[in-house]
Amino acid sequence: MDPITRRRFLRASGVVGASALAAGFAGLGISELLSTSTPQTRQQAPTHPKLVLVTLYGGNDGLNTVIPYADPAYYRARPELAYPQERVLQLDTALALNPMLAGLHRLWQSRRLAIVAGVGYPRPDRSHFRSMDIWQTANPVRPVPTGWVGRWLDGTAAPVEAAVSFESVLPPLLAGETRSGACISVGGLALPSSLTTGMIGALGQPEPGESALQARAALSYADLVKMDTMVRDASAATTSPAAAADHPPATATGGASSLAAQLSLVARCVEAGVPTSVYSVSLGGFDTHAQERVGHEMLLRELDTALTSFVDRMTASANGQQVSVLVYSEFGRRVRANSSDGTDHGTAGPVFVAGPRVAGGLYGVQPSLRDLDDGDLKATVDFRDVLSAVLSTVLGVEPARYLDGYQPKQALPIFPAS
Amino acid sequence: MSGGVALLLRRAGFGPTAAELAAATRSGYEATVHALLQPAAPDIGASATPLPSLPPDPLSGLTNPSPARRARADRTREAQTAQLTRWWLDRLTAADHQAREKLIWFWHGHWATSIRKVIRPTLMLHQHRTLRDSRDFRAMAHAMIRDPALIYWLDGQLNDRKAANENLGRELMELFLLGIGSYTERDVKEAGRALTGWKIEYDEVRARLSPTAHDHGRKTILGMTGAFDADGLVDLLLGQEECPRFVAARLWHRYGSSEEPIPAGTHEAVAARFPDPAAMLAALLLDDAFRASAGHQVKQPVEWLVGAARQLGVRPGSWDDDTLHKILYSLDRLGQVPFAPPSVGGWPAGAAWLTPGTAQVRFGIAARLASLAPIGPLTPESLAALLCVDGWTDRTYAALKGVSDPRGLLTLGLVSPEYLVT
Repeated sequence: MDPITRRRFLRASGVVGASALAAGFAGLGISELLSTSTPQTRQQAPTHPKLVLVTLYGGNDGLNTVIPYADPAYYRARPELAYPQERVLQLDTALALNPMLAGLHRLWQSRRLAIVAGVGYPRPDRSHFRSMDIWQTANPVRPVPTGWVGRWLDGTAAPVEAAVSFESVLPPLLAGETRSGACISVGGLALPSSLTTGMIGALGQPEPGESALQARAALSYADLVKMDTMVRDASAATTSPAAAADHPPATATGGASSLAAQLSLVARCVEAGVPTSVYSVSLGGFDTHAQERVGHEMLLRELDTALTSFVDRMTASANGQQVSVLVYSEFGRRVRANSSDGTDHGTAGPVFVAGPRVAGGLYGVQPSLRDLDDGDLKATVDFRDVLSAVLSTVLGVEPARYLDGYQPKQALPIFPAS
Repeated sequence: MSGGVALLLRRAGFGPTAAELAAATRSGYEATVHALLQPAAPDIGASATPLPSLPPDPLSGLTNPSPARRARADRTREAQTAQLTRWWLDRLTAADHQAREKLIWFWHGHWATSIRKVIRPTLMLHQHRTLRDSRDFRAMAHAMIRDPALIYWLDGQLNDRKAANENLGRELMELFLLGIGSYTERDVKEAGRALTGWKIEYDEVRARLSPTAHDHGRKTILGMTGAFDADGLVDLLLGQEECPRFVAARLWHRYGSSEEPIPAGTHEAVAARFPDPAAMLAALLLDDAFRASAGHQVKQPVEWLVGAARQLGVRPGSWDDDTLHKILYSLDRLGQVPFAPPSVGGWPAGAAWLTPGTAQVRFGIAARLASLAPIGPLTPESLAALLCVDGWTDRTYAALKGVSDPRGLLTLGLVSPEYLVT
């Protein structure tokens, strides 16, 4: 969403308080981030695991992503939207990928793609805003002011560059109590001739007694000056308004529009050996209430192209060998199509985990199309089980500590001990 | 300091001029609230900037236009969108009844509908008139539920009795009338049924109920059972005790503090004046909690731009196309273009506007405004008076002292933390 703000998710539900946000999420320029690469971090990079979180905003239609092509109930529920058996990309005798996901199918065949089926949480919420908060805060019970990555930043006293988002606004995911990840802005500072960066820096000084927001405004200038060195690094990753306008077949509910550009920045950082452990990127537009086929296919194609070229690129370098990608959305969609050749908000959906360290294959159990909860899929895997696997293996920490004491219901050996 | 009157004018409108602030200071706080919300004099600025009228949509009457025709239509619609956007920015700048214009801006963010999906400027203009002409919130809710732009935005025209599309019904409850948590999933589905059957007549710029597509059956919504239709549903939701409280909290979020929840006493006082938005807003502005909320709002990009234009005597209506497009492009990068909210959840607020990325874009707009403004010599003191800032912190004063060129000084003042936060 716009330089689209994940923050609106937080604001809409009032989840994350201003204090966590004002606590110091810093903006960082791409070149400043790249400059955190030192001989020491470069030396550690080939053994430093990294996680890339891909958020699909709007509620991705899981049933048309990982398709239960052998089940007649699938064809009965959505005759206009269902993919005929001869078009799907088979995974096994029951499930197949959407025809747009040819690249992911190749990753599956080379055992670098894990698919966790039926991921959700108890008492599903069908509000975009609340459900995305639940996923990002990892707390389905009550609203909490911190994201699960933010709590990890708090708990490990991590520096700001440990978790970064390539969006202009911080997603709740990266907001901690006392720390937060960084938003990486792309683009250079062009000042009118009568002003110098020194003057901007002067505006960026903190002033005793000013309001938190005014202090925040000042800090944005201090950060802007820090970013000044990045002018020469101006990257192609900024998206034009025209590109954004091209997108919305669906009601906008957030998400950036060029996933490939965001992932190429991640790739650069990984290859440069920066000490970042978690990257957050996103793709929006999945709220396909109407005329779903064409819009959803466009998005899946974008996801497929961006993700597979990223994974291929990562596989080719020692630093990249340590990268794992996790793709999720706030919910799946209703099993039955609506009258508009679209689908309404649903519940459980598949999660993709890809990368050189991943043990490819199917995890969890595909929800039944006959045993529905008021027309919706029943989740078979709690999303926190997936997060537990990621926290323990990729980030090397005790998951319960960052998941509000949550104990996994099932172990998901997505990452074999290496 | 201006005894709170400056805060009042900044929040209730788009940024007072020094003359407006001086007049309001003479009148006093309460009298200014009443003058803002019940202006006695006609709005000369608004009369001079009448709503544009648009010709029929370029594809009007065509069932199967050729690709070339469509491409031409796209360009025409783009030009019309720019025309509407320019007009609105100009109206916000020129209007004397600032509080009225600010409220309409607020409603645009509340019923957040974007032309980037709706596509047809004719529909957006129609919605704008509806927001402008609604007598009170009740009338507005009834009008909006049949507003073709809102219906299209939330797929209402595709919602029929054979298979419901619940997008509009859900957002009606979650974002427009009640707030999340005041209803169940069952209520969402049933509300969707009540809203079935509305079709859009694009050429006539209206929505019409198709009796054959409407689900006439009984629905149970929020514990009430009946053959609810769109108006019945809206009446039911308007009658919930959460509704006035929800609207009051949304007003507080934009006019009071985007950071702190509405205090209980304020909440009661504002909700009690439902459904008259001007009366609700008057109660809010007269409340002690409002007067204590200084420093708790960040100016939205459009608010910031329009306020600066008013103070500098710059009129968006007189910008050449190149200037307009550059400013709109910058507004887009800041995350706020009129008629194009980023999501149905409306605009961001507070610190979300204050990233280094937005700081950078803001410099560009500020410098452009400064280059357009007719200005003479400036000092930090006269700059504060021009921009109606209560005062500079030592930090900003020191920064301003270092600039001799008036346009540079003005640029720095426009981006200063003291000017951005109110």
